[in-house]
Amino acid sequence: MNDAATRAPNGPAPRHRLAHWFARHGKWLIILPPLTYLFVFFLVPFVFALKISFADLALRVPPFTDILTMSPDHHIHLSLNLGNFRYLFTDDVYGLSYLYSLRTAFFSTLVCLVIGYPMAYAIARASKSAQNVLLLIIILPFWTSFLLRVYALEGIISDNGLLNTVLLWFGVIHRPLQIMQTTVAVYLGIIYTYLPFMILPLFATLEKLDLSLLEAAADLGSPPWRSFLDVTLPLSIPGVIAGSMLVFIPAIGEFVIPSLLGGPDNLMIGRVLWDEFFGNRDWPVAAAVSIVFLVFLVGPIALYQHYSVKQMEG
Amino acid sequence: MERRLSPVLVTFLLLGIALLYVPMVVLIAYSFNASPLVSVWGGFSLAWYARLAHNRQILDAAWLSLRIGVIASTGAVILGTLAAIALVRFTRFRGRFMLTAMVNAPLVMPEIITGITQLLLFISMLHVIGWPHRGALTIIIAHIAFCTSYVTITVQSRLQSADRSIEEAAMDLGAGPVGAFVDTTLPIIAPALVSSWLLCLTLSLDDLVISSLVSGPGASTLPMVIYSKVKLGVTPDINALASLIICVVGVCVIVAGVAMRRTERRQNAERRLAGADP
Repeated sequence: MNDAATRAPNGPAPRHRLAHWFARHGKWLIILPPLTYLFVFFLVPFVFALKISFADLALRVPPFTDILTMSPDHHIHLSLNLGNFRYLFTDDVYGLSYLYSLRTAFFSTLVCLVIGYPMAYAIARASKSAQNVLLLIIILPFWTSFLLRVYALEGIISDNGLLNTVLLWFGVIHRPLQIMQTTVAVYLGIIYTYLPFMILPLFATLEKLDLSLLEAAADLGSPPWRSFLDVTLPLSIPGVIAGSMLVFIPAIGEFVIPSLLGGPDNLMIGRVLWDEFFGNRDWPVAAAVSIVFLVFLVGPIALYQHYSVKQMEG
Repeated sequence: MERRLSPVLVTFLLLGIALLYVPMVVLIAYSFNASPLVSVWGGFSLAWYARLAHNRQILDAAWLSLRIGVIASTGAVILGTLAAIALVRFTRFRGRFMLTAMVNAPLVMPEIITGITQLLLFISMLHVIGWPHRGALTIIIAHIAFCTSYVTITVQSRLQSADRSIEEAAMDLGAGPVGAFVDTTLPIIAPALVSSWLLCLTLSLDDLVISSLVSGPGASTLPMVIYSKVKLGVTPDINALASLIICVVGVCVIVAGVAMRRTERRQNAERRLAGADP
């Protein structure tokens, strides 16, 4: 435009300098707020947890020692207390609960996959209008309260719940089944509440599947089950992994389900952590448990990131 | 192209949907049971709903949760939208990898870890700079942090499908970058903003673990009250509350879903009429 006309003889006018600055650096006004916020309130907390995991329990506020201290002669002392981590590896309870949580999460993810895959497949193959309704039906529980759905499940599986009432009435059993307060209840809880998380990413990949590939396979004489194994399944692997991680990782750390449905001796790591915090008030140990837990999760989280970003970008 | 579904698949789908819905339907049915015992049907009654209306503890907690939810989801929509714009529009910038990771990680991070680490941060901050005091404020800060991810993911996919040429045309016609974005792209992503705001609201209203961890004395949100009541035993008034919440959310989601589909269809039709779509 008339840049030259408005430009003062000695360099750009202040207004232009501002516009120039915006054109060059304006994008940081968009990038920085979310980047800073998430950095401070999501990433930095892990640094603090790491710091506190090396501290000692102390009778003061906050209830742990500083790992960096300044002596009167201005020397900085770093005192790392590895006792919390040593404690984790000597007390069986933590190792056992890690393994127990991994096993519970693994098998519930497997069941979710077995139930969720055919459901996602059916939705992906349904007509467009049916698809919209079905998706809404799958998403709706995701919007309703997680806590209340766990509570609702209690009404089905408790000793005098619907399941036992129906089975007793039909004479299938003669004494109520004890499901509540058992491992089975925890499995049921995870499967019931996390199933939509499995179905949605699976649907997203199955829907994009190029049907002409299946036709080609059929034309070449492949029976449907072979086409499924050779074409559909391999192409849906990103969805399988994204969905599985979306169930598996949060399920390992699940607290509400084992606390409400599992027995008092249920050893899910989320519950052990909770007790360490609210029961024993030993924050350095809880921080150490979180850090070790997180180290175990880095792999699965990276796997999830890889596949979900890939799915996102096309 | 449509292919017929095998009856086995259809049966499987219906069974799966039943699995998702039967517990909620049963819960709603129990909430009208006059008898406080779940095993006995004592006739139809609205007594638990009436009792709910007089329960100050629950009403106070619901009001607190609602205020926290509205503030947190508004904050999260602003931050999440900015993050989505950054990730879609600026393909290269320092910190892009970190932003992507920080947006995706909270979706899978076990809540108990997020909550504990945030609590440790808040305690250290309070010790060093005297802010923030634990309570509603720390709950809001923590909720914004995890809700932002959901907003970014939702808005990101909508932004990616938005046609950028309209915005470029607006800029060619003399609009500034911000003005062009507000006039052309913002209306297109508006449905995603509304739906992610609602999603954040329900996530915030529902959160138990993070809230319990970062909250201080005195700030009890609705899930915290529900959890402690359920933990104590038989709670017919919680059945009534749960049914109310499930129904309200259900109606809202269905209405929002239908409204959004209609907006989307109208926008697509307009774009077709304008010849923007091939």
